[in-house]
Amino acid sequence: MLDKNGIARRIAKELKDGYYVNLGIGIPTLVANYIPDGINVVLQSENGLLGMGPFPFEGEEDADMINAGKQTITTLPGSSIFDSAMSFGMIRSQKIDLTILGAMEVSENGDIANWKIPGKMVKGMGGAMDLVASAKNIIVAMQHINKAGESKLLPKCTLPLTGVNCIRKVVTELAVLDILPEGGFRLIERAPGVSVDFIKQSTSGKLFAEADVKEMDLN
Amino acid sequence: MINKRVADADEAIRDIIDGQTIMLGGFGLCGIPEKCIAALVKKGVKELTCISNNAGVDDFGIGLLLKTRQVKKMVSSYVGENAEFERQLLSGELEVELIPQGTLATRCMAAGYGMPVIYTPAGVGTEVAEGKETRNFNGKDYLMEYAFDADFAIVKAWKGDTAGNLVFRSTSRNFNPVMAMAGKITIAEVEELVEPGELDPDHIHTPGVYVHRIFQGSGYEKRIEQRTVRPRN
Repeated sequence: MLDKNGIARRIAKELKDGYYVNLGIGIPTLVANYIPDGINVVLQSENGLLGMGPFPFEGEEDADMINAGKQTITTLPGSSIFDSAMSFGMIRSQKIDLTILGAMEVSENGDIANWKIPGKMVKGMGGAMDLVASAKNIIVAMQHINKAGESKLLPKCTLPLTGVNCIRKVVTELAVLDILPEGGFRLIERAPGVSVDFIKQSTSGKLFAEADVKEMDLN
Repeated sequence: MINKRVADADEAIRDIIDGQTIMLGGFGLCGIPEKCIAALVKKGVKELTCISNNAGVDDFGIGLLLKTRQVKKMVSSYVGENAEFERQLLSGELEVELIPQGTLATRCMAAGYGMPVIYTPAGVGTEVAEGKETRNFNGKDYLMEYAFDADFAIVKAWKGDTAGNLVFRSTSRNFNPVMAMAGKITIAEVEELVEPGELDPDHIHTPGVYVHRIFQGSGYEKRIEQRTVRPRN
Protein backbone atom coordinates (compact mmCIF):
# COMPACT_ATOMS: atom_id res chain seq x y z
CA MET A 1 0.00 0.00 0.00
CA LEU A 2 1.31 3.45 -0.92
CA ASP A 3 1.44 6.58 1.19
CA LYS A 4 0.65 9.98 -0.33
CA ASN A 5 4.20 10.42 -1.55
CA GLY A 6 4.06 6.99 -3.17
CA ILE A 7 0.95 7.96 -5.10
CA ALA A 8 2.67 11.16 -6.20
CA ARG A 9 5.80 9.21 -7.21
CA ARG A 10 3.77 6.82 -9.36
CA ILE A 11 1.86 9.65 -11.05
CA ALA A 12 5.12 11.46 -11.82
CA LYS A 13 6.02 8.56 -14.10
CA GLU A 14 3.16 9.64 -16.37
CA LEU A 15 4.89 12.97 -17.09
CA LYS A 16 6.40 13.36 -20.53
CA ASP A 17 9.05 15.76 -21.76
CA GLY A 18 7.53 19.04 -22.93
CA TYR A 19 4.28 18.73 -20.97
CA TYR A 20 2.47 21.73 -19.51
CA VAL A 21 0.89 20.40 -16.30
CA ASN A 22 -1.68 21.69 -13.83
CA LEU A 23 -1.34 20.23 -10.33
CA GLY A 24 -4.28 20.41 -7.93
CA ILE A 25 -4.10 20.87 -4.17
CA GLY A 26 -3.10 17.97 -1.89
CA ILE A 27 -1.42 14.83 -3.26
CA PRO A 28 -1.11 16.34 -6.78
CA THR A 29 1.10 19.13 -5.41
CA LEU A 30 3.57 16.46 -4.23
CA VAL A 31 4.05 15.24 -7.82
CA ALA A 32 6.33 18.25 -8.37
CA ASN A 33 8.86 16.60 -6.02
CA TYR A 34 9.21 13.50 -8.24
CA ILE A 35 9.60 14.84 -11.77
CA PRO A 36 11.94 12.31 -13.43
CA ASP A 37 15.45 13.42 -14.35
CA GLY A 38 15.88 14.57 -17.93
CA ILE A 39 12.23 15.54 -18.31
CA ASN A 40 11.24 19.17 -18.74
CA VAL A 41 7.73 20.04 -17.68
CA VAL A 42 6.17 23.45 -17.05
CA LEU A 43 3.80 23.69 -14.09
CA GLN A 44 0.74 25.91 -14.40
CA SER A 45 -0.88 27.56 -11.42
CA GLU A 46 -4.38 28.64 -12.37
CA ASN A 47 -4.32 31.95 -10.52
CA GLY A 48 -2.07 33.04 -13.38
CA LEU A 49 1.42 31.56 -13.64
CA LEU A 50 3.28 29.24 -15.99
CA GLY A 51 6.62 27.96 -14.77
CA MET A 52 6.04 27.52 -11.05
CA GLY A 53 9.30 27.15 -9.17
CA PRO A 54 10.08 25.75 -5.71
CA PHE A 55 9.14 27.36 -2.40
CA PRO A 56 11.28 30.43 -1.63
CA PHE A 57 14.16 30.33 0.83
CA GLU A 58 13.16 31.47 4.27
CA GLY A 59 13.13 35.26 4.38
CA GLU A 60 12.53 35.57 0.64
CA GLU A 61 8.75 34.98 0.71
CA ASP A 62 6.84 37.42 -1.46
CA ALA A 63 3.15 38.01 -0.67
CA ASP A 64 2.54 38.84 -4.33
CA MET A 65 3.90 35.50 -5.54
CA ILE A 66 1.66 32.57 -4.66
CA ASN A 67 0.28 29.43 -6.27
CA ALA A 68 -3.32 28.25 -6.53
CA GLY A 69 -3.02 26.71 -3.05
CA LYS A 70 -2.12 30.21 -1.76
CA GLN A 71 1.40 29.00 -0.89
CA THR A 72 4.39 31.27 -1.37
CA ILE A 73 6.40 30.11 -4.37
CA THR A 74 9.02 31.31 -6.84
CA THR A 75 9.31 31.63 -10.61
CA LEU A 76 11.89 30.02 -12.88
CA PRO A 77 13.78 31.34 -15.89
CA GLY A 78 11.16 31.38 -18.65
CA SER A 79 8.14 31.79 -16.36
CA SER A 80 5.22 33.98 -17.39
CA ILE A 81 2.42 35.68 -15.47
CA PHE A 82 -1.06 36.52 -16.73
CA ASP A 83 -4.58 37.22 -15.49
CA SER A 84 -7.06 34.56 -14.37
CA ALA A 85 -9.20 34.80 -17.52
CA MET A 86 -6.22 33.98 -19.74
CA SER A 87 -5.25 31.24 -17.32
CA PHE A 88 -8.57 29.48 -17.84
CA GLY A 89 -8.42 30.35 -21.53
CA MET A 90 -5.36 28.14 -21.91
CA ILE A 91 -7.09 25.42 -19.89
CA ARG A 92 -10.29 25.58 -21.96
CA SER A 93 -8.42 25.62 -25.26
CA GLN A 94 -6.45 22.53 -24.18
CA LYS A 95 -2.99 24.06 -24.19
CA ILE A 96 -2.37 22.30 -20.87
CA ASP A 97 -1.33 18.71 -21.59
CA LEU A 98 -2.06 17.07 -18.25
CA THR A 99 -4.23 17.85 -15.24
CA ILE A 100 -3.70 16.04 -11.94
CA LEU A 101 -6.31 16.54 -9.25
CA GLY A 102 -7.77 14.98 -6.13
CA ALA A 103 -11.24 13.50 -5.67
CA MET A 104 -13.64 12.41 -2.96
CA GLU A 105 -15.41 9.98 -5.30
CA VAL A 106 -14.99 8.70 -8.86
CA SER A 107 -17.55 6.57 -10.67
CA GLU A 108 -17.14 3.75 -13.17
CA ASN A 109 -18.32 6.00 -16.02
CA GLY A 110 -15.69 8.66 -15.26
CA ASP A 111 -17.75 11.10 -13.17
CA ILE A 112 -15.90 12.92 -10.40
CA ALA A 113 -17.04 14.56 -7.16
CA ASN A 114 -14.61 16.71 -5.19
CA TRP A 115 -16.13 20.05 -4.19
CA LYS A 116 -19.00 19.76 -1.76
CA ILE A 117 -20.45 17.62 1.01
CA PRO A 118 -24.04 18.85 1.41
CA GLY A 119 -24.75 20.28 4.86
CA LYS A 120 -21.18 19.68 5.97
CA MET A 121 -18.45 21.12 3.87
CA VAL A 122 -18.96 24.16 1.67
CA LYS A 123 -15.70 25.30 0.19
CA GLY A 124 -16.49 25.56 -3.49
CA MET A 125 -15.17 24.13 -6.70
CA GLY A 126 -12.41 26.66 -7.40
CA GLY A 127 -11.01 25.78 -10.81
CA ALA A 128 -11.84 22.07 -10.67
CA MET A 129 -15.00 22.21 -12.81
CA ASP A 130 -13.23 24.19 -15.52
CA LEU A 131 -10.30 21.78 -15.49
CA VAL A 132 -12.27 18.54 -15.68
CA ALA A 133 -14.64 19.91 -18.35
CA SER A 134 -11.83 20.90 -20.71
CA ALA A 135 -8.65 18.93 -20.04
CA LYS A 136 -7.83 16.21 -22.54
CA ASN A 137 -5.74 14.20 -20.11
CA ILE A 138 -6.72 13.99 -16.44
CA ILE A 139 -5.24 11.81 -13.71
CA VAL A 140 -7.05 11.58 -10.40
CA ALA A 141 -4.94 11.08 -7.28
CA MET A 142 -7.11 9.77 -4.46
CA GLN A 143 -7.57 7.36 -1.59
CA HIS A 144 -9.16 4.11 -2.77
CA ILE A 145 -11.01 3.58 0.51
CA ASN A 146 -12.11 6.03 3.19
CA LYS A 147 -11.31 5.81 6.89
CA ALA A 148 -14.33 3.55 7.44
CA GLY A 149 -12.95 1.16 4.80
CA GLU A 150 -15.61 2.07 2.22
CA SER A 151 -14.73 2.29 -1.44
CA LYS A 152 -14.51 5.70 -3.11
CA LEU A 153 -14.49 4.09 -6.56
CA LEU A 154 -18.21 3.70 -7.07
CA PRO A 155 -20.86 2.59 -9.58
CA LYS A 156 -22.28 6.12 -9.27
CA CYS A 157 -21.10 9.16 -7.27
CA THR A 158 -23.20 10.00 -4.21
CA LEU A 159 -21.84 13.55 -3.74
CA PRO A 160 -22.58 16.56 -6.00
CA LEU A 161 -20.64 16.16 -9.24
CA THR A 162 -17.69 18.24 -10.38
CA GLY A 163 -17.72 16.80 -13.90
CA VAL A 164 -19.36 14.09 -15.94
CA ASN A 165 -17.70 11.27 -17.89
CA CYS A 166 -14.32 13.00 -17.91
CA ILE A 167 -11.88 10.86 -15.88
CA ARG A 168 -9.86 8.15 -17.63
CA LYS A 169 -7.12 7.31 -15.11
CA VAL A 170 -7.03 6.96 -11.33
CA VAL A 171 -4.02 6.35 -9.08
CA THR A 172 -4.71 5.30 -5.49
CA GLU A 173 -2.78 3.84 -2.55
CA LEU A 174 -3.74 0.41 -3.93
CA ALA A 175 -3.68 0.58 -7.69
CA VAL A 176 -3.50 2.29 -11.06
CA LEU A 177 -6.81 1.97 -12.90
CA ASP A 178 -8.12 3.11 -16.25
CA ILE A 179 -11.77 3.97 -16.71
CA LEU A 180 -13.04 2.35 -19.89
CA PRO A 181 -14.98 4.43 -22.44
CA GLU A 182 -17.85 1.92 -22.19
CA GLY A 183 -17.78 2.10 -18.37
CA GLY A 184 -15.97 0.20 -15.62
CA PHE A 185 -12.56 0.35 -13.96
CA ARG A 186 -9.75 -1.68 -15.48
CA LEU A 187 -6.94 -2.67 -13.11
CA ILE A 188 -3.61 -1.80 -14.72
CA GLU A 189 -1.13 -2.05 -11.84
CA ARG A 190 -1.27 -2.92 -8.16
CA ALA A 191 0.71 -1.23 -5.41
CA PRO A 192 3.60 -3.23 -3.90
CA GLY A 193 2.29 -5.94 -1.58
CA VAL A 194 -1.37 -5.41 -2.49
CA SER A 195 -3.31 -8.39 -3.90
CA VAL A 196 -5.75 -8.29 -6.80
CA ASP A 197 -8.37 -9.73 -4.44
CA PHE A 198 -7.94 -6.86 -1.98
CA ILE A 199 -8.32 -4.33 -4.81
CA LYS A 200 -11.49 -6.16 -5.93
CA GLN A 201 -12.90 -5.99 -2.40
CA SER A 202 -12.01 -2.31 -2.18
CA THR A 203 -13.67 -1.28 -5.44
CA SER A 204 -17.44 -1.06 -5.39
CA GLY A 205 -17.73 0.04 -9.04
CA LYS A 206 -17.45 -2.53 -11.81
CA LEU A 207 -13.83 -3.77 -11.97
CA PHE A 208 -12.13 -5.67 -14.76
CA ALA A 209 -8.96 -7.39 -13.58
CA GLU A 210 -6.76 -10.09 -15.04
CA ALA A 211 -5.68 -12.84 -12.63
CA ASP A 212 -2.12 -11.63 -12.91
CA VAL A 213 -1.61 -7.88 -12.69
CA LYS A 214 1.85 -6.35 -12.61
CA GLU A 215 3.16 -4.54 -9.57
CA MET A 216 3.93 -0.81 -9.85
CA ASP A 217 7.50 0.15 -10.60
CA LEU A 218 8.21 3.18 -8.44
CA ASN A 219 11.88 3.65 -9.31
CA MET B 1 -4.59 63.62 -19.90
CA ILE B 2 -7.77 63.14 -17.92
CA ASN B 3 -6.89 63.15 -14.25
CA LYS B 4 -8.58 60.27 -12.36
CA ARG B 5 -6.85 60.88 -9.07
CA VAL B 6 -8.84 60.96 -5.84
CA ALA B 7 -7.43 61.70 -2.40
CA ASP B 8 -7.96 58.40 -0.67
CA ALA B 9 -10.10 55.28 -0.24
CA ASP B 10 -12.89 57.20 1.52
CA GLU B 11 -13.28 59.52 -1.45
CA ALA B 12 -12.98 56.68 -3.94
CA ILE B 13 -15.89 54.72 -2.41
CA ARG B 14 -17.95 57.77 -1.36
CA ASP B 15 -21.02 56.94 -3.50
CA ILE B 16 -21.25 53.18 -2.95
CA ILE B 17 -24.64 52.67 -1.35
CA ASP B 18 -26.57 49.88 0.39
CA GLY B 19 -27.63 47.01 -1.85
CA GLN B 20 -25.14 47.56 -4.65
CA THR B 21 -23.04 44.94 -6.42
CA ILE B 22 -19.28 45.32 -6.14
CA MET B 23 -16.44 43.30 -7.61
CA LEU B 24 -13.29 42.95 -5.56
CA GLY B 25 -10.03 41.82 -7.14
CA GLY B 26 -7.58 39.39 -5.60
CA PHE B 27 -6.94 35.68 -5.22
CA GLY B 28 -6.95 34.54 -1.62
CA LEU B 29 -5.34 37.48 0.19
CA CYS B 30 -3.04 38.21 -2.75
CA GLY B 31 -3.70 41.44 -4.62
CA ILE B 32 -6.78 42.48 -2.63
CA PRO B 33 -7.84 46.14 -2.34
CA GLU B 34 -7.03 46.42 1.37
CA LYS B 35 -7.59 50.16 1.64
CA CYS B 36 -11.02 50.19 0.00
CA ILE B 37 -12.19 47.21 2.08
CA ALA B 38 -11.20 49.12 5.23
CA ALA B 39 -13.05 52.20 3.94
CA LEU B 40 -16.18 50.14 3.23
CA VAL B 41 -16.09 48.78 6.78
CA LYS B 42 -15.74 52.34 8.10
CA LYS B 43 -18.57 53.64 5.90
CA GLY B 44 -20.81 50.78 7.08
CA VAL B 45 -22.56 50.34 3.74
CA LYS B 46 -24.79 47.23 3.91
CA GLU B 47 -26.62 44.56 1.90
CA LEU B 48 -23.75 44.32 -0.56
CA THR B 49 -23.42 41.68 -3.22
CA CYS B 50 -19.71 40.94 -3.51
CA ILE B 51 -18.23 39.24 -6.55
CA SER B 52 -14.78 37.98 -5.62
CA ASN B 53 -12.96 34.70 -6.15
CA ASN B 54 -12.60 34.16 -2.38
CA ALA B 55 -14.10 35.54 0.80
CA GLY B 56 -10.95 36.41 2.72
CA VAL B 57 -10.12 35.00 6.13
CA ASP B 58 -11.83 35.73 9.44
CA ASP B 59 -9.91 38.91 10.23
CA PHE B 60 -8.65 40.11 6.85
CA GLY B 61 -9.85 40.83 3.35
CA ILE B 62 -13.57 40.39 2.68
CA GLY B 63 -13.73 38.55 6.01
CA LEU B 64 -13.80 42.02 7.60
CA LEU B 65 -17.01 42.90 5.71
CA LEU B 66 -18.54 39.55 6.66
CA LYS B 67 -17.78 40.07 10.33
CA THR B 68 -19.71 43.36 10.30
CA ARG B 69 -22.59 41.70 8.38
CA GLN B 70 -22.31 44.11 5.45
CA VAL B 71 -22.54 41.37 2.84
CA LYS B 72 -25.89 39.99 1.72
CA LYS B 73 -24.54 37.75 -1.00
CA MET B 74 -21.15 36.39 -2.05
CA VAL B 75 -20.42 35.26 -5.60
CA SER B 76 -17.20 33.23 -5.44
CA SER B 77 -15.48 30.06 -6.59
CA TYR B 78 -13.79 29.01 -3.36
CA VAL B 79 -14.68 30.10 0.15
CA GLY B 80 -12.74 27.77 2.44
CA GLU B 81 -10.43 29.21 5.11
CA ASN B 82 -13.13 31.40 6.68
CA ALA B 83 -15.01 30.04 9.70
CA GLU B 84 -17.33 33.06 10.05
CA PHE B 85 -18.29 32.74 6.40
CA GLU B 86 -19.12 29.06 6.82
CA ARG B 87 -21.17 29.81 9.94
CA GLN B 88 -23.22 32.54 8.20
CA LEU B 89 -23.73 30.30 5.19
CA LEU B 90 -24.89 27.23 7.11
CA SER B 91 -27.19 29.36 9.28
CA GLY B 92 -28.75 30.96 6.20
CA GLU B 93 -27.72 34.54 7.09
CA LEU B 94 -25.59 34.81 3.97
CA GLU B 95 -26.55 33.98 0.42
CA VAL B 96 -23.80 32.35 -1.62
CA GLU B 97 -23.48 31.58 -5.29
CA LEU B 98 -20.55 29.30 -6.02
CA ILE B 99 -19.39 29.34 -9.61
CA PRO B 100 -16.38 27.79 -11.34
CA GLN B 101 -13.25 29.94 -11.20
CA GLY B 102 -12.79 30.10 -14.97
CA THR B 103 -16.45 31.01 -15.42
CA LEU B 104 -16.05 33.79 -12.84
CA ALA B 105 -13.00 35.22 -14.60
CA THR B 106 -14.51 34.94 -18.06
CA ARG B 107 -17.83 36.53 -17.04
CA CYS B 108 -15.74 39.52 -15.90
CA MET B 109 -13.85 39.49 -19.18
CA ALA B 110 -17.09 39.35 -21.17
CA ALA B 111 -18.36 42.47 -19.38
CA GLY B 112 -15.13 44.30 -20.21
CA TYR B 113 -15.23 43.18 -23.84
CA GLY B 114 -18.88 44.13 -24.31
CA MET B 115 -20.14 40.60 -24.86
CA PRO B 116 -23.44 39.64 -23.21
CA VAL B 117 -22.73 35.93 -22.71
CA ILE B 118 -20.06 33.29 -22.87
CA TYR B 119 -20.33 29.54 -23.45
CA THR B 120 -18.26 27.28 -21.24
CA PRO B 121 -18.20 23.52 -20.66
CA ALA B 122 -17.45 24.04 -16.94
CA GLY B 123 -20.29 22.68 -14.84
CA VAL B 124 -22.15 20.76 -17.56
CA GLY B 125 -24.02 17.88 -15.92
CA THR B 126 -23.57 19.32 -12.40
CA GLU B 127 -25.79 21.43 -10.13
CA VAL B 128 -24.07 24.53 -11.58
CA ALA B 129 -25.96 23.84 -14.83
CA GLU B 130 -29.42 23.92 -13.19
CA GLY B 131 -31.71 26.39 -14.92
CA LYS B 132 -29.12 27.39 -17.51
CA GLU B 133 -29.36 27.20 -21.26
CA THR B 134 -27.14 24.51 -22.77
CA ARG B 135 -25.94 24.47 -26.35
CA ASN B 136 -24.01 21.90 -28.28
CA PHE B 137 -21.10 23.06 -30.41
CA ASN B 138 -19.04 20.55 -32.40
CA GLY B 139 -20.42 17.63 -30.39
CA LYS B 140 -19.75 19.09 -26.93
CA ASP B 141 -22.19 20.69 -24.48
CA TYR B 142 -21.63 24.21 -23.17
CA LEU B 143 -23.47 26.34 -20.59
CA MET B 144 -24.51 29.86 -21.43
CA GLU B 145 -23.26 32.23 -18.74
CA TYR B 146 -23.99 35.95 -18.57
CA ALA B 147 -21.47 38.77 -18.40
CA PHE B 148 -21.42 40.27 -14.90
CA ASP B 149 -23.22 43.52 -14.26
CA ALA B 150 -21.48 45.24 -11.34
CA ASP B 151 -22.02 48.77 -10.06
CA PHE B 152 -18.41 49.07 -8.94
CA ALA B 153 -15.20 47.14 -9.51
CA ILE B 154 -12.48 47.69 -6.93
CA VAL B 155 -9.00 46.52 -7.85
CA LYS B 156 -5.48 46.67 -6.47
CA ALA B 157 -2.49 47.33 -8.73
CA TRP B 158 1.21 47.76 -8.08
CA LYS B 159 1.70 50.98 -10.03
CA GLY B 160 -0.64 53.35 -11.76
CA ASP B 161 -0.63 56.82 -13.23
CA THR B 162 -3.16 59.59 -12.76
CA ALA B 163 -4.58 58.76 -16.22
CA GLY B 164 -5.69 55.42 -14.73
CA ASN B 165 -3.19 53.15 -16.47
CA LEU B 166 -2.32 50.15 -14.30
CA VAL B 167 0.60 47.75 -13.91
CA PHE B 168 0.31 44.66 -11.74
CA ARG B 169 3.04 42.76 -9.98
CA SER B 170 3.58 38.96 -9.96
CA THR B 171 0.57 36.79 -9.22
CA SER B 172 -1.25 39.66 -7.51
CA ARG B 173 -2.47 40.34 -11.06
CA ASN B 174 -4.98 37.43 -10.89
CA PHE B 175 -8.56 38.74 -11.24
CA ASN B 176 -7.63 42.43 -11.04
CA PRO B 177 -7.27 43.26 -14.76
CA VAL B 178 -10.49 41.51 -15.79
CA MET B 179 -12.47 43.04 -12.95
CA ALA B 180 -11.01 46.47 -13.73
CA MET B 181 -12.59 46.14 -17.18
CA ALA B 182 -15.95 45.01 -15.85
CA GLY B 183 -17.20 47.69 -13.43
CA LYS B 184 -19.61 50.46 -14.37
CA ILE B 185 -17.30 52.49 -12.16
CA THR B 186 -13.82 51.10 -11.53
CA ILE B 187 -11.73 52.14 -8.56
CA ALA B 188 -8.03 51.30 -8.49
CA GLU B 189 -5.80 51.52 -5.43
CA VAL B 190 -2.09 51.36 -6.12
CA GLU B 191 1.12 51.13 -4.14
CA GLU B 192 2.75 53.81 -6.26
CA LEU B 193 0.91 56.52 -8.17
CA VAL B 194 2.96 58.36 -10.79
CA GLU B 195 2.44 61.13 -13.35
CA PRO B 196 1.45 60.32 -16.96
CA GLY B 197 4.56 59.50 -18.99
CA GLU B 198 6.35 57.70 -16.20
CA LEU B 199 4.94 54.29 -17.17
CA ASP B 200 6.01 52.79 -20.49
CA PRO B 201 2.88 52.52 -22.71
CA ASP B 202 4.14 49.13 -23.90
CA HIS B 203 4.05 47.81 -20.35
CA ILE B 204 0.55 48.83 -19.31
CA HIS B 205 -1.65 45.88 -18.26
CA THR B 206 -4.92 47.83 -17.90
CA PRO B 207 -5.49 50.91 -20.10
CA GLY B 208 -6.73 53.94 -18.18
CA VAL B 209 -10.02 54.07 -20.09
CA TYR B 210 -11.29 51.30 -17.82
CA VAL B 211 -10.36 53.10 -14.59
CA HIS B 212 -12.46 55.96 -13.21
CA ARG B 213 -10.77 56.70 -9.89
CA ILE B 214 -7.26 56.01 -8.67
CA PHE B 215 -5.39 56.68 -5.44
CA GLN B 216 -2.19 55.64 -3.74
CA GLY B 217 -2.55 53.56 -0.58
CA SER B 218 0.11 53.34 2.07
CA GLY B 219 1.20 50.77 4.61
CA TYR B 220 -0.03 47.70 2.77
CA GLU B 221 -0.14 44.68 5.07
CA LYS B 222 -0.09 42.09 2.21
CA ARG B 223 -0.77 39.22 4.53
CA ILE B 224 0.49 35.78 3.45
CA GLU B 225 -2.08 33.00 3.78
CA GLN B 226 0.22 29.96 3.47
CA ARG B 227 3.84 30.76 4.21
CA THR B 228 5.84 27.94 2.61
CA VAL B 229 9.63 27.97 2.45
CA ARG B 230 12.52 25.62 1.78
CA PRO B 231 15.59 25.39 3.99
CA ARG B 232 18.89 26.93 2.95
CA ASN B 233 21.55 24.30 2.61
